[in-house]
Amino acid sequence: MSDRYSRAGFLRRAAAGGSVLTVPGLLAACGGGGKAGTTTAAAVAKTLPKTIVFSNWPLYIDVNKAKQHPSINQFEAKYHTNIRYIEDINDNDTFFGKIEGPLSQGQSIGRDLIVLTDYSGLPGRMVQLGWLEKIDKSAVPNIANLQPAQQHPAWDPNRDYSLPWQSGMTGIGYDPKKVGHEITSIDELLTSPKLKGKVTFLTEFADSIGLVMLANGDDPSKVTKASFERALKRLQKAVDSGQIRQFTGNDYAPLLAKGDIWACAAWSGDMVQLQADHPGLKWVLPKAGGIVWTDNMLIPKGGNAYAASVVMNWFYRPQIAAEVEDYVNYICPVVGAAKALEKNDPAVAKNTLIFPTKEMLANAHQFDITAVNNQKYKQAFQHLIGA
Amino acid sequence: MGRFLHRRGWLTPYALLTPGMGWLLVFFVVPMYYLGKMSLEQGLFPLFSFGWAWGNFSDAVSAYQTQFVRSLQYAGIATAIALAISYPLAYWIAFRGGRWKNLFLLLVIAPFFVTYLIRTLAWETILSDNGVVVTFLHNIHVLGSNGRLLATSAAVIAGITYNFLPFMVLPLYVSLEQVDPRLIEASSDLYANRAVSFLRITLPLSLPGVFAGVLLTFIPAMGDFINAQLLGTPRQYMIGNVIQSQFLSLRDYPTAAALSFVLMGGILVLVLIFARALGTDRLTAGAAA
Repeated sequence: MSDRYSRAGFLRRAAAGGSVLTVPGLLAACGGGGKAGTTTAAAVAKTLPKTIVFSNWPLYIDVNKAKQHPSINQFEAKYHTNIRYIEDINDNDTFFGKIEGPLSQGQSIGRDLIVLTDYSGLPGRMVQLGWLEKIDKSAVPNIANLQPAQQHPAWDPNRDYSLPWQSGMTGIGYDPKKVGHEITSIDELLTSPKLKGKVTFLTEFADSIGLVMLANGDDPSKVTKASFERALKRLQKAVDSGQIRQFTGNDYAPLLAKGDIWACAAWSGDMVQLQADHPGLKWVLPKAGGIVWTDNMLIPKGGNAYAASVVMNWFYRPQIAAEVEDYVNYICPVVGAAKALEKNDPAVAKNTLIFPTKEMLANAHQFDITAVNNQKYKQAFQHLIGA
Repeated sequence: MGRFLHRRGWLTPYALLTPGMGWLLVFFVVPMYYLGKMSLEQGLFPLFSFGWAWGNFSDAVSAYQTQFVRSLQYAGIATAIALAISYPLAYWIAFRGGRWKNLFLLLVIAPFFVTYLIRTLAWETILSDNGVVVTFLHNIHVLGSNGRLLATSAAVIAGITYNFLPFMVLPLYVSLEQVDPRLIEASSDLYANRAVSFLRITLPLSLPGVFAGVLLTFIPAMGDFINAQLLGTPRQYMIGNVIQSQFLSLRDYPTAAALSFVLMGGILVLVLIFARALGTDRLTAGAAA
């Protein structure tokens, strides 16, 4: 599928009042309030603004007992500025739906940093659409600490627009007490009569399709029509037979904890957090392989690129990254964070869900982003998950 | 302004209408226009272009027929159950509630001080596979050992019924409250037994309430997606789930807009048929009362 959009055509559509689903879009279309002018932050002098706005996912940063974020507090003290940290991203698609209106009108969304997942296809798409500001690399010397494996993603080969916040793996979460034995394959989730109606998969296209493709022996980093259809067909069969009970976001966690489901496609970091209260639960990377994904810090058009870059640089200090990691429990993209953690919290530094072994990483596969942006595939998948 | 209106008295009704009309214009008519235009566009996100693409409608209907029919069934069954539960309840409050009437009404509404989502999530816990209800039903052998309530059609319909119950109870109560007891006395003076009195007096007089209650329950139930999402499985998903995913996940705005229009149109037709069946004169009489 051709994903290239010309900026001119794009603005034409914006001018025609195409994105009617947002109030600003609506007002602009009415010829009312909406200001059409594009603010460019490129020419902004290299001083920090009074407030930097950072949107992130919930439970994705360190929190102390006073419900504050020490890593941010230290930044504010050092740079004499404020970070307005908002936890308003719950779902890639939904959040994108929210910001798509203003961005398509050339308006700022009032944020300097946002965090979106690579395999949702949205970061790559935002690069193509010209909806992102370039990182001011002169302000990010710590970019040298980026894990080598993360340095050249296909959708942003030189990391001009994005820096990883955290990564995670998608595998199998299950309750060994209910299941009665160890689970190591997705095949078991799809076919075991014992698990009928006790299994959930994820609403994320890349997770569910990717895991089943691996179970089929196909390569999820190069999706073909045949391999996609094989995976879809297998999932469809499991849905039709009632084997798969639901497709979920993070909400598989309470279901698993309550015992309504016994096994599910699950994210590594969620399971680390869940295990704190339910030590019996397990997470495994399937033998046939799991999926790895990365949430990326991005600077939306109209954001202050310099300020955002300074913040990025801050979180790429190994010491700060370690502080965040000690709470977040996903996979840290910063080299040196593990070492910094060894002193303070050796248990976390040794947890393979947080600092995976080489074998694990070798068996965690990236998903083909062109497939995620393929409307036909996505439509077929949405149809499968019931909508 | 006041003096101006005073001199031109005929303007007053229009002035009073302005805020309401303005609201409807900005938040209903204009969005409808754009939604309508969107439904006839074609192309891929974000480059849609207008092109009288009527095919969007037929494609949407044929692709999601199942969910349309399912929504109709679920909303219909839920409305019928809500009516069956609410009528005796409203009747009892209206005729036997005495000085406690307001308290009973408050009790009907009380759960609704909690948000919709939390209430539905509470049902997820109540109907949980290891919860009290399922365990009890297993013990009395109503449910087989593999049976469950959560993630079934029954759970979704029950959720919808519960969530929209007050919208049925309140209009029924209002219309039953207005029934003049002297009419019932008169009918018994004329040798009607209680059943006949009910069928000839109370029921017809309460029909506007039934009509309003059915509409207030059925219409939102048709478009609901929360109950199916939290209490059901993909095999229970309704048209609301489809529209949500078309807008937010697939970003196929034209299809989503077309589906929304088909849903609105379908509901409108059903409402008209229903109004015809109940008799429009009665309803306007109800409105005047």
